[in-house]
Amino acid sequence: MIADFGFFALLMAFLLALYACAAAAFGSWSGQQRWVSSARSATILSFPLLTLACGSLVYSLANLDFHLQYVTQVTSHSMPMYLRVTALWGGQAGSLLFWAWLMAAFTFAVMLREWRRDRDLEPWVIIVTAGTLAFFLALILFFENPFLRYWQGVTGTVWAALWQPAGAQPYIPMDGNGLNPLLRHPGMIIHPPMLYIGFVAFVVPFAFAIGALVTGRSDDRWIRVTRRWTLVAWLFLSLGLILGSRWAYDVLGWGGYWGWDPVEIAAFMPWLTGTAFLHSVMIQEKRGMFKHWNMLLIILTYCLVIFGTFLTRSGVLSSVHAFAQSAIGPMFFGFIAVTFAVSLALLNKRWATLKSEVEMTSLLSREALFLVNNLLFMGILVICFWGVVFPIVSEASGGIGRAIPALAHIFTGQRATVGPIFYESATGPLWAALLLLMGIAPLSAWRASTARTLGRAMWKPFIISLLALAALLAGGMRQPLALLALWICAFVFLVTAYEFLRGARARTSRGETPLQAFWRLVARNRRRYGGYIIHIGVILIAVGIIGIELFQQETQGSLAVGERMHLGSYSIEYESLAEFETPDGRLVDRAVVNVFKDGQPLTQLYPRRDFYYESQQAMTIPGLRSTLEDDVYILLVDWEPVSASSATFKMYVNPLVNWIWLGGFVFIFGTLVASWPDAELQPARSRARVRGTAERA
Amino acid sequence: MSSTSLAQPLPTGLGNKKFIIGGLLILAAVVYLIITSTAAGAQFFFTIDELNERGSEAVGKPARVAGAVLGDTIEYDPATLTLTFTMVHMPADTRLINDDGGLAKALNQAVNDPTRTRLQVQYIGVKPDLLAHEVEAIVAGKLGEDGVFYADENGLLLRCPTRYEEALPGQAGDY
Repeated sequence: MIADFGFFALLMAFLLALYACAAAAFGSWSGQQRWVSSARSATILSFPLLTLACGSLVYSLANLDFHLQYVTQVTSHSMPMYLRVTALWGGQAGSLLFWAWLMAAFTFAVMLREWRRDRDLEPWVIIVTAGTLAFFLALILFFENPFLRYWQGVTGTVWAALWQPAGAQPYIPMDGNGLNPLLRHPGMIIHPPMLYIGFVAFVVPFAFAIGALVTGRSDDRWIRVTRRWTLVAWLFLSLGLILGSRWAYDVLGWGGYWGWDPVEIAAFMPWLTGTAFLHSVMIQEKRGMFKHWNMLLIILTYCLVIFGTFLTRSGVLSSVHAFAQSAIGPMFFGFIAVTFAVSLALLNKRWATLKSEVEMTSLLSREALFLVNNLLFMGILVICFWGVVFPIVSEASGGIGRAIPALAHIFTGQRATVGPIFYESATGPLWAALLLLMGIAPLSAWRASTARTLGRAMWKPFIISLLALAALLAGGMRQPLALLALWICAFVFLVTAYEFLRGARARTSRGETPLQAFWRLVARNRRRYGGYIIHIGVILIAVGIIGIELFQQETQGSLAVGERMHLGSYSIEYESLAEFETPDGRLVDRAVVNVFKDGQPLTQLYPRRDFYYESQQAMTIPGLRSTLEDDVYILLVDWEPVSASSATFKMYVNPLVNWIWLGGFVFIFGTLVASWPDAELQPARSRARVRGTAERA
Repeated sequence: MSSTSLAQPLPTGLGNKKFIIGGLLILAAVVYLIITSTAAGAQFFFTIDELNERGSEAVGKPARVAGAVLGDTIEYDPATLTLTFTMVHMPADTRLINDDGGLAKALNQAVNDPTRTRLQVQYIGVKPDLLAHEVEAIVAGKLGEDGVFYADENGLLLRCPTRYEEALPGQAGDY
């Protein structure tokens, strides 16, 4: 009953989205605003309708209505209420519905804004957002319907269908399969919504960009309107990536946080283009340049968002994220191909009107350095994309290898894949260059800068950073790669901190107290200083990555009770092991391990193995002691049955890894500062000022 | 790709050239990084039959092999963390597998067919929680001269397709 209700709401939302596209197109073509207004109302209405659809599915999940196939797939009696509700995005069909609901929520918010100044863009924003929504709703309705129910025919066979087939009886399983245990983690509960919000929010700037292209508006209105949307999208995408890493670190039990899994990369690619876009739109706002480039970036970001959803949802790649194989792959592929081709055709049509207003003159100017930043991000994107499609490319391109013998060892025609080594060695130098650029670019001036002016702004931080390098050398660090990377981090941090200091000092000289000066400095230039705070977050994350990637230590071994194992300055002692059952259907084996540092008792850790009866699946949860200096990460690998007189452990020491999460907080905080509403800066005035003088904005 | 959008607004002459050269340098660096890293990091996919056909030619080269796990053969020595098991050949083409009734069926056929080629795998590390009879294992590593496939660290990936989405719970209540 409830499921029927949800299905009809879903169907209505789909029909309304189709209607909105058609009405908006007709209204725009015929010049009748009332059709556009009607389209807008239809788009607005899809949000409450999808809320009903999601609500009815959540209701079925919470009440364990196993008649529904989806409910059976992702829930079970032993699951607590919050997990039953979050199982909405625990499986394929539900997560698509959830995606569509978020998309509708964002569309709803966009439609409620003040449109008076952007009447010409309105129908196209409706067409793009409602069109995207209609595509996803079609997938849900025709391929991945969460409202299918089980039926049993007279011969006893059971299948899933929407309506009761003739002669069939309802079939209701006693219990469900339960949510994949790997997904029963707080990080995993929040990670998908964050990522999805990041994904769907990027549709908004794309919709405005398409509107600008279709109507031939060459100004930066679309960027100004969507600036905050873009930041919000970027914020959530970043948050989703960070949470996903944390989940991997806590749950997957391999001592790492990022495995260059194709699906991780799928979420990472729109982040790369989105980050490049965030930077390069500033150039268009300030200088009227990079107009083609910005269009291209937002088109790419949109396509990568859809591609990312496709990779996670279609199961085309085998990975920890892949759900079962599904028929929706070709649909996604077609949708991406069509939107990409149409967008590029539009861009091509408007190419001439999007000419830069000024020309680039100096290699060291702010705009030139931003361009380098963009190229580096694109380089990383190309590497990631190459890595993801390499299994397909390598198989299809044996001809290249035969034609060019020098490349024969790469293009062999044999299906191949690339692993973390590829991504690390290919992107590493580009990351280092980006990091360095992050320190230099904010000091350069618009239009023209010379090495001399740049040098003047950064010699002090440079000298201090050499001291930091000397301290590392004195501390006994000899790895050239680590020294270089940490020196870059120190230098960029100092440059950024120095910027804060200089700004605040200018204010204290006018009689403000240091705290006041600092507060007002940031409050008056939220975008700029928010950006700097983000940069500091990135440096902290980089320090954490350098720590774990270059200095991680590991060992493994079997310990009898009372026996010890050593790693670095730490040692662990196996004390005991207990086995017990939990009310939510797990058999838990939990070891007690004493941790010592330099021989002194430090703490006790409890690495464990949870075995889920329903799914017959086990999960290895590490015992973790986390400090800013390093993490001690212990996995319980195996143990003697019954007597538990010995057990096997794997032990990692992960230096500095906590800085990744710390940096994540700073990063998010900076994004909030930068996106906080700020009515002070009038767009026209800021551009005029930059053009008039060469001063730094 | 960026050099085209860059080239548009720039004047001809020296100013233009230095930007194009700069852009090309970055492009060249990216291409160089991709080629060297691919050569260093590529792992070729083989089915067990393909690996078998190649014989000694395949020994010592990075490869990635997929197959169906035989549950009886799984042995694990926790003291040395040495895991050994035997995999049975199965076709690699996902489309063929899907057309033929899905991964679950392909796995089932593989483990019940004694005529298929087999491969012994050795892996040092934590025994993965998902390792069981009739799941698909994808191992990355190198074939040794003794015919045993030695998996890399973290080089064992498992896939059991039937568990969550397709499986129908056995017990049914009367309506």
